[in-house]
Amino acid sequence: MAGLGIEREILIEAPAEVVWRTITEPDQMTQWFADRVDLIVEPGAHGYMGFGDQGGPVVVETVDPPTRFSFRWNHPGGQEPVAGNSMLVEFALTPVGDERTHVRVSEGGHELRDWPDAEKQRYADEHREGWGDFLDRLASVSAELRSG
Amino acid sequence: MTAQADDELWSAIGDPSRRRVLDLVVSNGEVSASWLAGQVPFSRQAVSKHLVVLEQAGLISRRKQGREVLYRVEADRLDQATRAIADLAAEWDRRLGAIKRLAEAAHAEAKKQRNLQQ
Repeated sequence: MAGLGIEREILIEAPAEVVWRTITEPDQMTQWFADRVDLIVEPGAHGYMGFGDQGGPVVVETVDPPTRFSFRWNHPGGQEPVAGNSMLVEFALTPVGDERTHVRVSEGGHELRDWPDAEKQRYADEHREGWGDFLDRLASVSAELRSG
Repeated sequence: MTAQADDELWSAIGDPSRRRVLDLVVSNGEVSASWLAGQVPFSRQAVSKHLVVLEQAGLISRRKQGREVLYRVEADRLDQATRAIADLAAEWDRRLGAIKRLAEAAHAEAKKQRNLQQ
């Protein structure tokens, strides 16, 4: 889903199996994500994530240990999260040697359903340096516009 | 920002070709749809559709000059969009930092246990 949301990365000094458990086990997820996580980590499983007195449904999409995990959520909408009404969170883990893991997370809202593949590819290529630069440029332009 | 407005923003800037159009408007001040169509690898029709969505999201506005319609960026809304994206990015940086600490602590603990057993 390149180009459709934000992407962040980090390098972790632990093997991918350890990082995988931290990211996917509900009792671990409560330490970095939601206050309450009711989730079975299986593709298609429906769960719930609570943040204080708010929360909403979650649907697991991809579970491919120890490298791919994704889920949809539309906090605080309350409806069934499907493509078009929800945010898709995707984790990609890449082992770096035996002891380190590169983690990339993306979160985005709306899939490109009607795009030809060639066009998707062109913009995925463009996106590789893209979102961060775009954000920087927007920030500087909007600062300029405000001061002017 | 309301959930609805947030959703419109994401929908408007979540599409890379639309972001490209917005980027061109941002970088070039006031521009026409036909000028934009000359800058991008998709059709004039696609450009017009993107302009409609961006305008509905409040990110750009239009005015007529003679026979031409010119589009420009709406600074406040752009600022709001920028902040929404930056907030989301910061939130994930915080979560990734927490994942790193948890995983590294778990790994260090497992190693210690292994060494004790040897």
